[in-house]
Amino acid sequence: MAKSGIRRNSKMLRAKFAELHPPLDDDEAAAAAVHCLYCYDAPCTRACPTRIDIPHFIRQILHKDTRGAAKTILDANIFGGSCARVCPTEVLCEGACVDNTLLNEPVLIGRLQRFACDDSHEASMNFYTPGADTGKRVAIIGAGPAGLTCAHELRKQGHRVTVFEARDVAGGLNTLGIAAYKISTEFALSEVERIMKMGIDLRLGSPVDADRLAQYLLEYDAVFLAVGLGRTAPLDIPGENLKGVWEALDFIFQTHTKPLNKCKVGKQVVVIGGGNTAIDAANAAVRLGAESVTVAYRRDKHAMPAFEHEYDLALSSGVQILWLTKPLKIMGRAGKVAGVRVQRVRLDGRGRKARLEPVRGSEYTLPCDMMIKALGQETLHELLEVFPKLKLTKNGRVVVNPRTGATSIPKLFAGGDCQKDAGEEVVNAVEAGKIAAAGIVALLSR
Amino acid sequence: MNGTPSTTNGDVDLSIEFCGVRAPNPFWLASGPPTNSEYQVRRAFEAGWGGAVWKTISHEPIVNVSSRYGAVDYEGRKVMGLNNIELITDRTLEDNLREIANVKRDFPNHALFVSLMVESKREAWHDIVKRTEDTGADGLELNFGCPHGMSERGMGSAVGQVPEYTQMITEWVKEVARTPVMVKLTPNITDVGAIGRAGARGGADAIALINTLNSIMGVDLDTLAPKPHVRGQGSHGGYCGPAVKPIALHMVSQIANDPEIGLPISGIGGIQTWQEATEHMLLGAASIQVCTAVMHFGFRIVEELISGVSNWMRAKGFGACGDFVGASRERVRDWSDLDLNYKVVAEIDQQTCINCGLCYIACEDGCHQSINIERVPESQFRKTRRDIADRTFVSGTKRYTFGAGDGYVNRFTINQETCVGCNMCALICPVEGCIAMVEIDTGKPPMSWREYQKRLAAGETELLEPPKHV
Repeated sequence: MAKSGIRRNSKMLRAKFAELHPPLDDDEAAAAAVHCLYCYDAPCTRACPTRIDIPHFIRQILHKDTRGAAKTILDANIFGGSCARVCPTEVLCEGACVDNTLLNEPVLIGRLQRFACDDSHEASMNFYTPGADTGKRVAIIGAGPAGLTCAHELRKQGHRVTVFEARDVAGGLNTLGIAAYKISTEFALSEVERIMKMGIDLRLGSPVDADRLAQYLLEYDAVFLAVGLGRTAPLDIPGENLKGVWEALDFIFQTHTKPLNKCKVGKQVVVIGGGNTAIDAANAAVRLGAESVTVAYRRDKHAMPAFEHEYDLALSSGVQILWLTKPLKIMGRAGKVAGVRVQRVRLDGRGRKARLEPVRGSEYTLPCDMMIKALGQETLHELLEVFPKLKLTKNGRVVVNPRTGATSIPKLFAGGDCQKDAGEEVVNAVEAGKIAAAGIVALLSR
Repeated sequence: MNGTPSTTNGDVDLSIEFCGVRAPNPFWLASGPPTNSEYQVRRAFEAGWGGAVWKTISHEPIVNVSSRYGAVDYEGRKVMGLNNIELITDRTLEDNLREIANVKRDFPNHALFVSLMVESKREAWHDIVKRTEDTGADGLELNFGCPHGMSERGMGSAVGQVPEYTQMITEWVKEVARTPVMVKLTPNITDVGAIGRAGARGGADAIALINTLNSIMGVDLDTLAPKPHVRGQGSHGGYCGPAVKPIALHMVSQIANDPEIGLPISGIGGIQTWQEATEHMLLGAASIQVCTAVMHFGFRIVEELISGVSNWMRAKGFGACGDFVGASRERVRDWSDLDLNYKVVAEIDQQTCINCGLCYIACEDGCHQSINIERVPESQFRKTRRDIADRTFVSGTKRYTFGAGDGYVNRFTINQETCVGCNMCALICPVEGCIAMVEIDTGKPPMSWREYQKRLAAGETELLEPPKHV
């Protein structure tokens, strides 16, 4: 598949995966910072899930206190450097910026945040030290942004923290699951490293099952469940087991775990889905050298959950998008995917709730040698559903107190993608980690 | 090349006559680095400047230091203020006089004054005045203002800070001068009027002001050396540039309103734009002089000055500079003359407000606690704004309002009962015209503080109380 005639060299691939928004230099940062009005009760800060004091850190940059700016950011968000790169700032801080009204464009908040964080990162600044030992022990399940943020906050307070991570690399989706042209693996790991310096017992390759979780609840003073989500939801159509059918996250993971010229990609790639992960996978496939990449989405552009800027990037990268197109069957040849049989649909009603009506006789086949499923992830129901007392939503997410992160089981907290109403961004996971840490600190100080 | 007799721009005539000297326009170069040489002054006149004051000449050239200039930047904009520790000309008197003669010969219709500074001896002043006038220069400017270096040698502001010296040296010059004599004043003094009057008593034909202000520009936070520095040490220098304009305007107005002076004024200080030039003129300057802006941007800026003033004159119906020079002079009064019964209050235009909150926090923390803040749910806010389509931003399945966050928009309104009409919110509002200061009819006749004192004494009025805003 990958070696079937696609010619690639690693230099070209690295250029294609070069960062979309390169770092600002000193002059650019100063020029960007001067646009900040220093709003009171600033909309940008209110729009940030972690409530970074944005006008404050931009003013610090403007006045050449870049270290102070980094501390302002990291105080609110220990993954500040990652979020500066991966946050959809267009729909968060920058979307709220009043300069949109005044000047038709926002302050470059994300890039300024990166400027400040990179400076401290390059100088290997350590802003935090562990608190005096309390003797209390907390187990954290999952070393993603939620788990590690919680670990960091707890260490600041002097609680002992053990983090159990199923994979052999820490950082969760922030390290592995985000398109490599947004964040490099090295940078993501460097932010993990800073947290590790707080003295955390990190156990990689340590998946947690229901028995272990029950055991930790007995052994530890508190447990924070930040396991994220599981596999991509199945399409429930024939042919999903054919060779060449990928889950979107696995496809993106490889760009972080392998050299780019060893990453697998088809000549003709079809992506099924309409969310940001689908668009990310399509963008990555184009950059890896696919000759054609087509995204098939069963609803229309209006209902597409992917952000406008991600969609624009896909279009300008040469991705084709088929609206109102539903997969029926994955066609195979000699055990390998050869195409996707699709059907046009018509919408009955408006918005995301509109019913899909198949258009009779509109079936056709999209030839492909790779198909990527991007329908969103399912919950880790095998782990969660074992605890009868753990209150879950209908779709299997953990119900938590939004102010403390506490679940229905005493001593058990949860946050990140596995929780009810989780926002899907890294920045949401960070905030969930902060909330749970505060909840745990309150519990342990009782 | 011959200079044009006047700068005309359509139906507007910018030419002036300044104490008998004609110039194509009122935009002159001040004595300073841009007027150091024939080469520069030629370029300036060719670029469109109406006149120039040649950089201060003396009998002996001085020696300068390196470095010389320092600047204040303001949040990304360069050179809000500039200072220098440069002295008067470092060229020989012969070179200067020859070049002045050359320029005057080739530009007979431009105004060319020469700035002078010599030892405080009568013969020395007589000598330089005569030799300068032999070049054909149109007039003389006496540099009684330079605040650094020369003042330590008993010249420059050392003269301009003592009325008697100012008068005496002006008299010496007038004993021999055949051309108009302009006295240039230092702002480094308690009452500039006292020196202006001394110049007038000495027989000056015009007053030029202001020279530069004493200053230290800063301290280098790496080396701890003052700025600018000479081998790690600094000295106070002369401060100029946009930051000094308000000080200059005050002093121009003071001289223009002094009944004992009554001389034409050449306004100097912080002029970068046509608006600033016009302000100087409205307060009484018949010609204006520019230095820092040219040091920053070059002679070419005169084109914007000419265009800007001409268009303003046309809009206002002024045909010539004389129609508006001094038009605002009498509006500068003593505080005690101002009407205590005049009242303005702020008004925020909700249709253009961007909800930044700058007015609120300025009023609340620094001023008079008269702006209300109210959280309006984002959904409700959408209904209140006609322009909301321009402030709505859709991405994916999400919809945002610029200025909203955490589900609400802050709405700011003025509490006009307690608003004292200080202007602060209107001054800092980033949206042009969003906050207006509107007049409130108090129903009371005008009453100055002086009248108020009289009426209080006579028991004809109550005590005026400030609004209760705390």
